[in-house]
Amino acid sequence: MGLLSKKDAKLITDPLADNNPITIQVLGICSALAITAELKASLVMGIAVLFVLGIGNVVISLMRNIIPSKIRIIVQLIVVASLVIIVDQVLKAYAYELSKTLSVFVGLIITNCIIMGRFEAFALGNGPWKAFLDGIGNALGYAVILLIVGFFRELLGSGTLFGIPVLGDPIEKTGLYSTGYENNGFMLMPPMALIIVGLIIWVQRSRNTSLIEH
Amino acid sequence: MSTNTDTNKYTILFAIGMVVIVGSLLAFTASTLKPNIQENERMETQQNILYTMGINENGATDIKFIGTDKVAGEFSKYISKQLIINKDGSSEENSEAYLIDVKKEQAKAKNGGTRQLPLFVGQKDGQAFYIVPIRGKGLWDAIWGYVALDEDMVVQGAFFDHAGETPGLGANIKQRYFMDDFVGEKLLTASGDFKGITVAKGNNDPKNLTKDDYEVDALAGATITGDGVSAMIKSDLKLYLPYFKNLKTQLN
Repeated sequence: MGLLSKKDAKLITDPLADNNPITIQVLGICSALAITAELKASLVMGIAVLFVLGIGNVVISLMRNIIPSKIRIIVQLIVVASLVIIVDQVLKAYAYELSKTLSVFVGLIITNCIIMGRFEAFALGNGPWKAFLDGIGNALGYAVILLIVGFFRELLGSGTLFGIPVLGDPIEKTGLYSTGYENNGFMLMPPMALIIVGLIIWVQRSRNTSLIEH
Repeated sequence: MSTNTDTNKYTILFAIGMVVIVGSLLAFTASTLKPNIQENERMETQQNILYTMGINENGATDIKFIGTDKVAGEFSKYISKQLIINKDGSSEENSEAYLIDVKKEQAKAKNGGTRQLPLFVGQKDGQAFYIVPIRGKGLWDAIWGYVALDEDMVVQGAFFDHAGETPGLGANIKQRYFMDDFVGEKLLTASGDFKGITVAKGNNDPKNLTKDDYEVDALAGATITGDGVSAMIKSDLKLYLPYFKNLKTQLN
């Protein structure tokens, strides 16, 4: 990363692992549970949050000296909500197909606590460039967990990846299904996402014991 | 910054200023983009209607509407009549029937008014399709669709869409493997009574080979969305029964 100083690079790499927004800060759990039944939905959500958090962090950072502290949460909420709505409207007008895919995610993006969390914890106290890197880093950290959870839920729940059957046909009983294997419908339910996130947290903390809180 | 951002006066002024700026920004975006958005929605309606009668660019498992450049031409080519159905089953032509907002009509009926029932007659390869728009409630938000029927009210094609069902679960009503299951299903019993189609769990027919059980296989993890689909088929398509009864007598 020749472009970035070591400190700046850390802003991106830290949230990917040791300061991951989902597994360490435990933010954004609600959307991680809701939309990870499919890998494609996880990917779309990851990209959407990347955009919103990257831009939102910069906007909040630019406004950080004029926002009254008493109503800062409301201001943050309004910034993210108007950003998302404007993007949604523009997509509806000029990229209708894409907006159909994203429409379901709009509400989930606005209420994503990672976005509010980064505004509050980072963008309000740092310059725009740093805030931008922090936004990108956290969104990537979020997307990584979403993709891991989505991978296992779609594979074990539906036997597909990105909608493509990889384990054979469950109805015709071909491939792995011929051995008596069955899709686990429970994997499609939100609680299983919580269990997978729990397993990721366990693996991560057993590899790096300094992350364990006492 | 020299200004004190903690005073009440500053906070209130900031709040007012922000509301005005954000409000006008949103209003400006919405009103400038409105014609484009409406045009897109109009074309989408036409695409959806044509989709149910098999005029689309589908691959093996995906959903692809005919292009927006062609849709207007194809729509006037294949849709021979647009009708508004009266309660007694009689009908009148209305070339803009596809623009009727089913949501508003349902609200009218709820408030005691008369609901306009649009129906589109399509002709393709000598076969007639009677396409009906339906609308109902899913788990989180509205769901709607178009169902193409033949004169015996047997489903020839179906398209469903939703405003905000859970991605990967309820949102899958928009998938081919769900919509295609409806093709060939009957809405009427042998004696001509309206029965509808139920999205059913455990109907022991995952491939949906039995076409006279009035059931299609449900989606895992999408029970409430599935129930919403059953409900909108039953409540909305039933209103068209008098028209199809008249049509039968006319054709015989």
